[in-house]
Amino acid sequence: MAFSSLGTTHRAGRERLLWALWVLAAIIGGLGFYERLAHGDKAADFSSYVPWGLWVAAYIYFSGLSAGAFLVAAATYVFRIRVLEPISRLSLLIAAVTLPMGLLMIGVDLGHLERAYLVFVRPQFHSMMAWMVWLYTAYLILLFTMLWVSLKSVQPGRNPGAVTNDLATLRVLGLIGIPLVIGFAGGVGALFATVAAREYWHSPLFPIFFLVGALTSGTAFLTAVVSWLWPSRDAAWKELVILLGRIVLALVLIEFILEWAEFSIPSWYQIGSTYDLIRYVLFGPYWYVFWLVHLLAGVLVPVLLLAKTRSPGIIGLSAALVAVTFFAVRLNLVIPGLITPELRGLEQAYSDPIGNRLTFAYMPSWFEWQLLLGVIAFGVALWFVGTRLFPHVFPRPSQSSEVGQ
Amino acid sequence: MSMDRRSILKVGGLLGGALGAGKLLDADALAKSAAERGASLPVLDRVKSEPGEDVLIRMQRELVRAMNKPIEQRRWGMVIDTRKCVGCHSCNVGCIMENKLPPGVVYRPVIDLEVGSYPNVNRKFLPRPCMQCDNPPCVPVCPVKATWKRTDGVVVIDYNVCIGCRYCITACPYQARTFDFGQNWSNNAASGRDGGLALETGRKYEQEPSFEYGATWRRGDGVIPKSPVGNARKCTFCVHRLEHSQLPMCVTTCIGRATVFGDLNEPGTLVSQQVIRNNAVSLKAELGTAPKVVYLI
Repeated sequence: MAFSSLGTTHRAGRERLLWALWVLAAIIGGLGFYERLAHGDKAADFSSYVPWGLWVAAYIYFSGLSAGAFLVAAATYVFRIRVLEPISRLSLLIAAVTLPMGLLMIGVDLGHLERAYLVFVRPQFHSMMAWMVWLYTAYLILLFTMLWVSLKSVQPGRNPGAVTNDLATLRVLGLIGIPLVIGFAGGVGALFATVAAREYWHSPLFPIFFLVGALTSGTAFLTAVVSWLWPSRDAAWKELVILLGRIVLALVLIEFILEWAEFSIPSWYQIGSTYDLIRYVLFGPYWYVFWLVHLLAGVLVPVLLLAKTRSPGIIGLSAALVAVTFFAVRLNLVIPGLITPELRGLEQAYSDPIGNRLTFAYMPSWFEWQLLLGVIAFGVALWFVGTRLFPHVFPRPSQSSEVGQ
Repeated sequence: MSMDRRSILKVGGLLGGALGAGKLLDADALAKSAAERGASLPVLDRVKSEPGEDVLIRMQRELVRAMNKPIEQRRWGMVIDTRKCVGCHSCNVGCIMENKLPPGVVYRPVIDLEVGSYPNVNRKFLPRPCMQCDNPPCVPVCPVKATWKRTDGVVVIDYNVCIGCRYCITACPYQARTFDFGQNWSNNAASGRDGGLALETGRKYEQEPSFEYGATWRRGDGVIPKSPVGNARKCTFCVHRLEHSQLPMCVTTCIGRATVFGDLNEPGTLVSQQVIRNNAVSLKAELGTAPKVVYLI
């Protein structure tokens, strides 16, 4: 593959460029974090009428990536899917990197971050949000425990008896983890769907949609990483990437069927308030987010490529397209639920000439993108540290060649 | 109006702003009855009930009576007569001044709709305070129990507990909650000839504390913002004024006497009589939120 045949000089140059980009992202993001700490959310464009914006979409995106990647690892251990075993630790590391990214993103979204601990001290369990915080905490503990045990199991010199015990522990933890992750990945959807005031969100399909979305985006992200960063480029790796590509293809199609249901049912007779919101998504000012970013780049192109190719590079590219453009799906789930007044005329009843906080128009500000960039830089740093601290997330060549046997 | 000058002065004094109310109560004190607090409430003893009297005087008298009951026996409600509303926005302005609302935070906007096409046109006005729902959808969504319905039916927020997640804002079907982003009227103040005056006025205003919930709130931003900055905020039927036997500010400033307020548990009150009228409607009644703000149409 061209990726592996790059000359040393070329590779060093590319690494320097990536480092420079990371430093730039970290500086821009760092300045954003300073602005957030010093002046709150003033520079953000979300408002009292569109109270959730880019950061909430990013939070569900990152937590979805984590859930999807974790489910692959948990299923591998629980159902003893031997073919996926070499990527189980990598899946856990991806889950462990993307979850803190999501939590950091939602943390800065809070008006009083310093009071977040109150969700543990005085929770209201009727609130889906309280459930989410508790489930995330349980998941975080479980995830890091699994990562630790899984890395321990492949340490050189570990005796076979201990390895068997490790695998049994991982199986039990995975067994606990699967319902937990299904609970929180679907639960994020329920957090929105239970709000009766917002017709666009108030759909029983929403939690299922979120769950499948998490699996789709998480698996696609994992596939891209395996395709691009896997140390050995042997036949076993190629078979593994092809298998992952098939799984991603199936998940994208299932997600698309759910999306079709979500969009076509309220629109069929072209009447009703949800229809108006769907029209907004399809033909409103941000039509390109749906048609170009999501449907073209996130569904059509990857589906065609994944259905036709057996090239690991192209599979990786297609999976990356699915994973990255899935952010558009998340944006289109959060924002349209908030952009119409619940009472006609409210948008003109009273305005805010200072901060424009009483408007139904929303376009993420530079400050919001800045913090998102900072969170991505934070995730890259976590990944870098994680892969350096735990090189065994990638299997040794001898293990890798066992795949498909 | 059949009132003598003395009565008018007395009523005017009673209906005045909370700023002159003297000692303010802490948040816990708001849950006690007037008798429990040992407070001496103003009584309109010299203003006799007369036919044709200003409804404000009647509501004031009824308010004093209600405040002498334990809190759990009161149930505050509001009726807004849209046919009397002239769209002057003075309820909203009064509310903003009373609660020292910053830009972007509003408790009682007045929706102003133009309907029809020329020459058959009309304007409709709909003041929109918090509906103080009996089944408030904003309450169960709060992850930290920072918002709840009091025993007198008023939905309140504990500014010292709210984490600022804004879930309650999304859950309100009337969009009656807004978020305090920490902005002030002196930010981006008007420029030009009167810019200096606008800036000075804005600065003076933003230094004034708000007395919501009977406490003294001085806003401020920073790494740890001073509440209510960073909090969801909403109309409280001016519970801090009620404790001083003052009607909610929006009621007193309504020039058309379109807003009626009182104890729904008392059958004889004006609000109880109006709330059962044939032309009384609730907004989005189909949601089952059971608002305690009702409109006459």
